[in-house]
Amino acid sequence: MAVVYEKTGILTDTPLHYCPGCTHGIIHRLVAEAIDELGIQGKTIGIAPVGCAVFAYNYFNTDMMEAAHGRAPAVATGCKRVNPDNIVFTYQGDGDLASIGAAEITHAATRGENITVIFVNNAIYGMTGGQMAPTTLPGQVTTTSPYGRDPALCGYPIRVSEMLATLDGPAYIARCSVHDVKHIMDAKKCIKKAFETQIAKKGFSMVEVLSSCPTNWGMAPREALNWLEANMIPQYPLGVKKEVE
Amino acid sequence: MGQKMLMKGNEAIAEAAIQAGCRFFFGYPITPQNQIPEYMSKRLPKIEGGCFLQAESEVAAINMVYGAAGAGARVMTSSSSPGISLKQEGISYIVGAELPCVIVNMVRGGPGLGSIQPAQSDYYQSTRGGGHGDYRMLVLAPSSVQEAVELTQMAFDLADKYRNPVLIMGDGLIGQMMEPVEMPDYQKPADLPPKTWAATGWTPQSGRERAIINSLYIDPAVLEKHVVHLYEKYAVMEQTECRWQEEMTEDADYVIVAYGTTARIARSAMRRLREEGIRAGLIRPITLWPFPAAPIAKAAEHAKAFLTVEMSMGQMVDDVRLAVDGRKPVHFFGRTGGIVPTVREIITQVETLAKEGK
Repeated sequence: MAVVYEKTGILTDTPLHYCPGCTHGIIHRLVAEAIDELGIQGKTIGIAPVGCAVFAYNYFNTDMMEAAHGRAPAVATGCKRVNPDNIVFTYQGDGDLASIGAAEITHAATRGENITVIFVNNAIYGMTGGQMAPTTLPGQVTTTSPYGRDPALCGYPIRVSEMLATLDGPAYIARCSVHDVKHIMDAKKCIKKAFETQIAKKGFSMVEVLSSCPTNWGMAPREALNWLEANMIPQYPLGVKKEVE
Repeated sequence: MGQKMLMKGNEAIAEAAIQAGCRFFFGYPITPQNQIPEYMSKRLPKIEGGCFLQAESEVAAINMVYGAAGAGARVMTSSSSPGISLKQEGISYIVGAELPCVIVNMVRGGPGLGSIQPAQSDYYQSTRGGGHGDYRMLVLAPSSVQEAVELTQMAFDLADKYRNPVLIMGDGLIGQMMEPVEMPDYQKPADLPPKTWAATGWTPQSGRERAIINSLYIDPAVLEKHVVHLYEKYAVMEQTECRWQEEMTEDADYVIVAYGTTARIARSAMRRLREEGIRAGLIRPITLWPFPAAPIAKAAEHAKAFLTVEMSMGQMVDDVRLAVDGRKPVHFFGRTGGIVPTVREIITQVETLAKEGK
């Protein structure tokens, strides 16, 4: 019997703890496949965040570090500066990266720190049970914006990719989505490109991946993907925001 | 020993760290410790593999330390009281993940922004952990620039030995004061365990376990086991790493307990009291944790009373009372807010005790 598909060895056999319909699993696979295809397992060190992906160290079959909430880019900086030939990536959610870790991501980017950031944006705090995130859309209902996010009260969502693309430090910044197969394939290319940017020592690279959270959005998985496409993409336009040749 | 040089405490600590193999420094400006990052920023880029980075905050700096320590490097950060408060989150994680590093606190007056003058009011924070969770750190308190150099180098060895951060607790005076100093010829102890746990890149053929630098133990039973493991290390530290200096305690009626800068002033007071015919002695803790309770307990057998002197409203005095265990009176004298006690003030305190027969 011919093998038509195999799980990459860059993911361990530990069962994922993610909710049904969550797209973290897809994004994990894309990152792992990129590491596999580039042949960099033995050089790669992943930095896990606080949030839903906190257990990423159980899933990525590379050396891993677990960082405090928002601090993954600082941890990655320390790690990369010690061994510049290691390939260091962080895997962070939107609460971790865009709220509590806003300073760390901004300064890692502006330093042109030669690391790769996988930024998973699902517009909500997932692990803690669906609170408002800095990326929550205006009007979006969460457990701490029960009447819908009111920009007059708590401001507007942050477009992190566009914001960081204004800096001179980053070499590659792109925003992708994983709501359908075509976009999943595009996201894979961007993630691979980000790692290639680091391998070529061009500097800071980040891929923002729009992701769904059926559990905390209160939707069925298919419905959540439709909501992502209809509501998140207009707020967070896809595409390459910065690329230094 | 090398050549004798005149150095500021802060610069001497930085050079001592480099001599001990520290090649990575992450810091953020705050008075009165700025000469440490400034010195590192000059020296480290000139050394192969060396890296100085000014972080965006103390929070980022301590997390860069976490990353560098996790990658197996000898790494240091320094700050002063408000900045050390900001580092507490990271220090707790570093302890939880069992990473070695050296942290310098040139203590200034508090609370809040406080002052930029010398103080010892971070004693509780330093010796009780400081961040969240059950943990301890080795806390070394130099009272001269020469001792700061020696303790800094020892700190790296102790951190590696126990896979636990080591805190050097100085004060503004130790940091800013210039004294003659000789850099020891540093020799790394041969018995330090190799850092096989470090995250440096792994494949299934690497011949070691996959490195996971982590402080999360979601199963309470596993976390309890982990914390008990940390406390087994602390028990060894308490037995083997306690350091202090005693002067004229054998026949002392009045034993002064003081550390760091305050101990120097207390030493002058003790000598003057002896000239007056009052039998004073001095116990100077060098490790604030583990605290040298044994020599204090021993002195309590014959001393009439103890006087703890601190640049705070009285923090170490609690540990002195625990060591004395009610057998003799333990008095306290302190100045705080950045004010340094004088020799005269300490003499007066002891004279009063002697006069009143306390």
